[in-house]
Amino acid sequence: MFRRMLLSTTAAAFLALMPFAASAQDAPAQGGDIVVTYKDDITTLDPAIGYDWVNWSMIKSLFSRLVDYEPGTAKIVPSLAESFTVAPDGLTYEFKLRKGVKFSNGREVVASDVKYSIERAVNPKTQGPGAGFFGAIAGFDDVTGGKSETLSGIETPDDGTVIFKLSRPDATFLHVLAINFASIVPKEAVEAAAGDFGKKPVGSGTFILKDWTIGQQLVFERNKDYFVKDMPHIDSFKVEVGQEPLVALLRLQKGEVDIAGDGIPPAKFLEIKNSPEGAQMIVDGEQLHTGYVTLNTKVKPFDDVKVRQAVNMAINKERITRILNGRATAATQPLPRLMPGYDKAFTGYAYDVERAKALLAEAGYADGFETVLYATNTDPQPRIAQAIQQDLAAIGIKAEIRALAQGNVIAAGGTEGEAPMIWSGGMAWIADFPDPSNFYGPILGCAGAVQGGWNWSWYCNEDLDKRATAADAMSDPAQVAERQAVWGKIFTDIMADAPWVPVINERRVVAKSARMGGPDNIYIDPTRVINYDAIFVKP
Amino acid sequence: MLSVLAKRLVQSALILFGVAAITFVLLYALPADPARMLAGRSATAQTVANIRHELGLDQPLLVQFMHYIGGLVQGDLGRSYAQKTEVIALIFARLPATLTLMAAGILIEVIIGVTLGTLAALNRGRFIDRAVMTTAFVGVSAPQFVVALLLLYVFAATLGWFPMSGYGTLAHVVLPAATLGILGAGWYARMVRSAVVDVLNQDYVRTARAKGLSQRRIILRHVLPNAVLPIIAMIGIDIGQFMGGVVVVEAVYGWPGIGQLAWQAIQQVDIPIIMGVTLTSALAIIIGNLVADFLAPVIDPRIRSN
Repeated sequence: MFRRMLLSTTAAAFLALMPFAASAQDAPAQGGDIVVTYKDDITTLDPAIGYDWVNWSMIKSLFSRLVDYEPGTAKIVPSLAESFTVAPDGLTYEFKLRKGVKFSNGREVVASDVKYSIERAVNPKTQGPGAGFFGAIAGFDDVTGGKSETLSGIETPDDGTVIFKLSRPDATFLHVLAINFASIVPKEAVEAAAGDFGKKPVGSGTFILKDWTIGQQLVFERNKDYFVKDMPHIDSFKVEVGQEPLVALLRLQKGEVDIAGDGIPPAKFLEIKNSPEGAQMIVDGEQLHTGYVTLNTKVKPFDDVKVRQAVNMAINKERITRILNGRATAATQPLPRLMPGYDKAFTGYAYDVERAKALLAEAGYADGFETVLYATNTDPQPRIAQAIQQDLAAIGIKAEIRALAQGNVIAAGGTEGEAPMIWSGGMAWIADFPDPSNFYGPILGCAGAVQGGWNWSWYCNEDLDKRATAADAMSDPAQVAERQAVWGKIFTDIMADAPWVPVINERRVVAKSARMGGPDNIYIDPTRVINYDAIFVKP
Repeated sequence: MLSVLAKRLVQSALILFGVAAITFVLLYALPADPARMLAGRSATAQTVANIRHELGLDQPLLVQFMHYIGGLVQGDLGRSYAQKTEVIALIFARLPATLTLMAAGILIEVIIGVTLGTLAALNRGRFIDRAVMTTAFVGVSAPQFVVALLLLYVFAATLGWFPMSGYGTLAHVVLPAATLGILGAGWYARMVRSAVVDVLNQDYVRTARAKGLSQRRIILRHVLPNAVLPIIAMIGIDIGQFMGGVVVVEAVYGWPGIGQLAWQAIQQVDIPIIMGVTLTSALAIIIGNLVADFLAPVIDPRIRSN
């Protein structure tokens, strides 16, 4: 994949392929205005700030980035960049910008916009959650530490060239340039918005925000000047917010709505799935998600690996997939099945109550023990926590459930010695980009095992950390397969220490009307959920 | 009169300050960390610390509170943590929808409540009385979610008389207001009943009867005007409740009111919005009560002479 990317000098060749790649059977038609609903209001469309799965796909389409993903896949292709080269040492990336691309305010996109946009995402004043992704760029520490406003590692020799100098090789760097935080924004529009760019976004993506009535709706219109011909396909999409999923579904059935973004409420799922027209409505796709139980290695008795292994064997994962109406698959390892590096042959810990009891007895807890299981308080998470509670009771562990608001669970997880077990449902890890390293650092690495961190097992294995660092330094495209294998091994080796119980890989469900065309993987795109660029209305 | 008004205004300002102080302390006492919530999962410790610093959350609580009050007296409610937009703009954007639903909801509550309450009082102890009181009881205890969905299913999804969701026309307001009106009318019915029963026992009603006035005239001229005071007081309280948002009804009908804003802000630990909504609601209760108190002597001469 990387090799082909480097060889590609003309992005057009790739981009011309995109519509066909998106849909092999039915060619996408142009035109159509669609309605999309969500329960939650859209918080912000500022690409340096927006970081939830609802605004993620909208920001993707409002802005462009140097590189992007081919719709429905994890394959990186040039976008705003026409071509790029990577130095053999993996420390210098040079991008040539496509000429004549304009922001929706009419000004041409130039190299200094790229520099400004990345510096803005890193600058502490922006309060952006994604600053850390750019950690490999030279000068990062000075900006994030408040010593400088500019990144010394980004150079713009002329309007059409951007050069990135890295302080360490980073095999994920192209992914970093493809995530929303690396979107290119015009400085004058950011300044004109006076702190509220999130409500007045200006970009160079496939769509333009035409109207935003706070609390009610947002109207996105196609960018007629978008630099790829016949992209996007639909003329506009209207996002109606504050829509209860049950009502959205009723409206979808009546033809008032084209995409119910929150999917189908659990209570209605089987009814819809088993109805004749229902099967057409449901898009049920895999995402880069793993739901897990963290076992806090700093809290007794989970400091004992035997206890952690016993818990791994005690949980009946199949039953939990049934609570989710089958919209999930039992997990064996931290990596989700779609992720490069996933080890199909690895079986993990099989469900075995007797062996679990025996292990507990070996660890000196033949009579079990009492502990606390944290979970978020929105359906179905408390029900899943109860299933886990029952499974634990079967081997003698009495777990008290603490079902709290998400913020309180996150706070407990990030406080040393506080939460013995956490069911991650509702807060579970969904990859920022399709690379296995994204499943390590913050949630299983030593860097995350700090106050306020997201490594709720407080697991820190310095040997694995070294292997992870080495794997991310393998930025030579020739080493892609080797690197993935190294990463895969890291995640299966982690399971010997069993800091987590990997429980399920949950699929995402989106409901769409019969007139919407295109394959399922552009409605549940692994890198952006709904791919507004690629979806179309059937003629 | 003016000195009473001035006194009440000072009292109101103190109450608002108290509400602000208590809410502020409670919100910051929560274990949830707004900076951590904003930073999301992948953020490094440095990013979280930077966000905390930019939001001023690393300062002592008292400094933060003084800063907030300093803004408040200038009408500045700060910016939303998650949205970065001015809180005041977010609240104003939702005010028309909230006020519309409030007016329509209270109107339906009062119409149904007063009619049923009077009917029950006039038929005290008889079947109608018991039927009305049972209905009122069911009304005040029925879950909003169920009634809202039921009305939506019957009148919007099946019969198609009203739109299922949204805001903007008179047709949009009917179902949400009806849900709130039907459920809230029970309170009014019970109160009107007891007020009317009281008045019916008064000497002047007996005198009116003795004079041979028609039943209609007795009720409209002598009974209801004397029973109206508690209703005014109750509307004052209701206004505050509606201003705090009616989360469930707003959610079912996709009504862009303050409740939705508050609900999402609570999920995101977006403290400036939660503060803003709480203060707006408190302000509405204070104003509602002030107006009710000043209306009372206008309506009832007996209070005026006191």
